[in-house]
Amino acid sequence: MDSSTILPALAGGTLIGLAAAALLLLSGRVAGVSGIVGGLLAPQAGDTAWRVFFVAGLVAGGMLLPALVAEPFRGLDVTTPARLVAAGLLVGFGARLGNGCTSGHGVCGVSRLAPRSLVATATFMATGALTVFVTRHLLGVLP
Amino acid sequence: MTGLIAFLVGLVFALGLGVGGMTQPPRVLAFLDVAGAWDPTLAFVMAAAVAVYAVAARVAGHQAHPVYAATFALPTRRDIDPSLVGGAALFGVGWGLAGLCPGPALTSLGSGAPAALLFVVAMLAGMMLATRSQRRVAGLVAP
Repeated sequence: MDSSTILPALAGGTLIGLAAAALLLLSGRVAGVSGIVGGLLAPQAGDTAWRVFFVAGLVAGGMLLPALVAEPFRGLDVTTPARLVAAGLLVGFGARLGNGCTSGHGVCGVSRLAPRSLVATATFMATGALTVFVTRHLLGVLP
Repeated sequence: MTGLIAFLVGLVFALGLGVGGMTQPPRVLAFLDVAGAWDPTLAFVMAAAVAVYAVAARVAGHQAHPVYAATFALPTRRDIDPSLVGGAALFGVGWGLAGLCPGPALTSLGSGAPAALLFVVAMLAGMMLATRSQRRVAGLVAP
């Protein structure tokens, strides 16, 4: 890792922070992706449109990325379909159960030193690292 | 206005994710691979995002209400309960299996890659399972 990755990392993080800041200061909402999407699964009148627009923005951003970044989705299929499904199920289930994910807890909550977010973030970082350790170094199944 | 803000927030958020490398599962997995060839790049992404958002959170604390909304819709809970820890733990496992979490996954839909769609569908299913099981548990313990 060198300046060729640190600077884009800082720039990317700054954009994420600015986007989340705008949502907070302009609309009063937490930019927690799992929470925003979760609200779509149990739609309430008057509280649905903005969520759809947010997700549409994410996808649109994804479509623009190749013009800005080389190989923005490098390694998307680095794992097998079965593991992708298992991972998706766990990420979705865990995010709803834990009321947040890397954006909601990891960025928005940690920034406010919210106790729940500090605990959640430390927890998922730990189990994330543990999972990679087990799969890569003990079982040798991850690339 | 709310819709336009949400869309632009999502767009910039996605660009930040991509510029920062969060949409590249191998980079995420390398960040979680603390015992191997560790890549701390994502720490810089989160640090920058948190730093920027922390400023916004402070500013928001002095505002009576958001610019385009009547109130701030912020989380108020401060208790650390089993659902939080358990959910975060499971989320982390899923994250460590495929290197994807909600934001990057939805952004990746913009690439048209089947892997992204597979993960997102599984993630939505996992979210719905969580909501359903939470309702069931609530039904069991309610008087």
